[in-house]
Amino acid sequence: MGEILTIALLFSAIRLATPLIFAALGGLFSERSGVINIALEGLMLAGAFTAAVTTYQFQNPYLGFVFGILAGGLLAYIYAIACIKFEANQVVAGMAINFLMIGLPALISGAVYDSSGSTPQIDKVDQLPNYFNNISLASIIAFLLIPVCWYVMYKTPFGLRIRAAGENPQAADAAGINVLKLRYTAVIISGILAGAGGAYLSIGQSSLFTRNMTAGRGFIALAALILAKWRPVPVLVACLFFGFTEAIAIQVQGASWAKIGGEDIPVQFIQMIPYVLTIIVLAGFIGLSRAPKALGIPYRKEN
Amino acid sequence: MKNLFREVLWPLVAVVAAFVVGGIIILILGDNPLTAYGWLLSSSFGSVKDIGWTLHYATPLIFTGLAVAVAFRCGLLNIGAEGQLYVAAFATAWVGMKFGGVATKVVGEGTAIADLPAIVLIPLCILTAVVVGGIWGAIPGILRAKFGSHEVINTIMLNFIGIALVSYFTQYYYKVPGDPIMQTANIGEAAYIPQLNQFLTFIPKDVPLNMSFILAILMCVVIYVFLWKTKWGYELRAVGQNASAAEYGGINPKKQIILAMTLSGALAGMVAIGEVMGTRHNYYDGFSAEWGFLGIAVALLGRNHPVGVFIAAIFFGVLLRGEIFVDAFTAKVSKDLGWVLQAIIILFVACFQKFTKK
Repeated sequence: MGEILTIALLFSAIRLATPLIFAALGGLFSERSGVINIALEGLMLAGAFTAAVTTYQFQNPYLGFVFGILAGGLLAYIYAIACIKFEANQVVAGMAINFLMIGLPALISGAVYDSSGSTPQIDKVDQLPNYFNNISLASIIAFLLIPVCWYVMYKTPFGLRIRAAGENPQAADAAGINVLKLRYTAVIISGILAGAGGAYLSIGQSSLFTRNMTAGRGFIALAALILAKWRPVPVLVACLFFGFTEAIAIQVQGASWAKIGGEDIPVQFIQMIPYVLTIIVLAGFIGLSRAPKALGIPYRKEN
Repeated sequence: MKNLFREVLWPLVAVVAAFVVGGIIILILGDNPLTAYGWLLSSSFGSVKDIGWTLHYATPLIFTGLAVAVAFRCGLLNIGAEGQLYVAAFATAWVGMKFGGVATKVVGEGTAIADLPAIVLIPLCILTAVVVGGIWGAIPGILRAKFGSHEVINTIMLNFIGIALVSYFTQYYYKVPGDPIMQTANIGEAAYIPQLNQFLTFIPKDVPLNMSFILAILMCVVIYVFLWKTKWGYELRAVGQNASAAEYGGINPKKQIILAMTLSGALAGMVAIGEVMGTRHNYYDGFSAEWGFLGIAVALLGRNHPVGVFIAAIFFGVLLRGEIFVDAFTAKVSKDLGWVLQAIIILFVACFQKFTKK
């Protein structure tokens, strides 16, 4: 068992947690303001695709990262219009965004690069830079964002207003807060952050965009957000934990130590851990996880 | 009549608007939208063979659309149809092998339990699909009723858990040794359900439309009768419209929530009948083209009514059939056009619901 907890595994966990931290923090802003964000997966894909294409075209990963973020923010704005202006069912609209991002990147890259499965490979030198132990610049940004988000959420008027909009929009409105505008801002921030997580996947962790490359990470980020009870610092813990399970799942395949009583530990069971935990926590078996009160309810000003 | 008009108008507007947006995207990509849409229609309705294929693609969507619609009528959003149909499909294949005389020799013994005749095996397999799908749907229903935890999150999580679970069983116990593809051995031939071209000779031999299509039509009728002509269906809808008013009127909302989710899961599980017993004759990892999620779109577009679901499912069947031909016969547009159109339709339908509520 000693072999499991190596330094290499720790760094692997940090790398794998990075996109989850970005996306979960994004979800934090959106959901704290009262808008469910099932669309994290699609927003990440938008960031991943745009970052890969931009980096390939201009050989500049920083430009790629910025464009990835912008794409996430733009798509989130469309999502926000559906959810806030048209009061669409937020879960359904979120699924639509996810569907769109399975198809649209493939459609575009099929037409432009004649390959709907993936975008062209980016040169190693054009990827986001890595530092000690292959820790990406993006990972460092993600970790720094945790205290920043905590500060914004709990120590600034903007954070207070977001929380008010998600808990009691009527009271927030009565106090002179523009609830709708605030929710727009929060959802766009969530797109920017999720887009950053996606960009890391395509130009940091790997060097191209492949179809549906997030592979459910948007939903794992959502699970982490729920486990963290919608709070920034626990989000870090939850994402690191899920990063660890993924790192172990990768190592288990073919590893000699991964046996219980002579039988393999099936990788599928390790992959299930985040999902099973979420169900248990939601059912209230490990403390109560309470969502923001107005989560998922469109706000309509009463006249 | 005015009501019906409003019910039909907005979904139609959403579809037309989606095709306009899709057309603009096709133009930007450098193809002619009219040519692309022409292929979409001619390849799905052009001949008896094409129509047969379209209905074949629509069949699983009728089941998942009904599944989502039933839950929706009770005020619940079942995003878990995908997981429910996966678990049901594996269980159906397992019964089809174990009771169909197929020895699965992957790990250890793996002998068949029985070799039942078709008259027993087919109902047994169908029952398995329905019951196992129902159980996987009941779990989030019970969690919602007993602990108040949200069915949307739980069904998403159960999708991942269910798919991982059956992938584990397939990989470790029921894969044919040496087969590089993640699939089980074939089920016993006694569990095969008939193809429609065995009775209806005008359907060409290469159209895989099977008896499950008839079952899907039947289920539309059954669900209609259940929802609007029975006491249980009335109570289910009452909870969906106003849970606290229903409770005041003597209805137990918790019971209805569990019932709706179980029924929803059972309907999603029925996808296994057509796919495992009719088309593939085994469980194949990744056999569903996101039918569970498309069911949400089908239910939404069909206004959660069995007739609407049937029509919407055929419409999505057109997209699934036609996208292959659009891919092949246009220079730039790939198969993924179908995904984009579906996504835009869902988004528009969801947005336009604001206008139908008034």
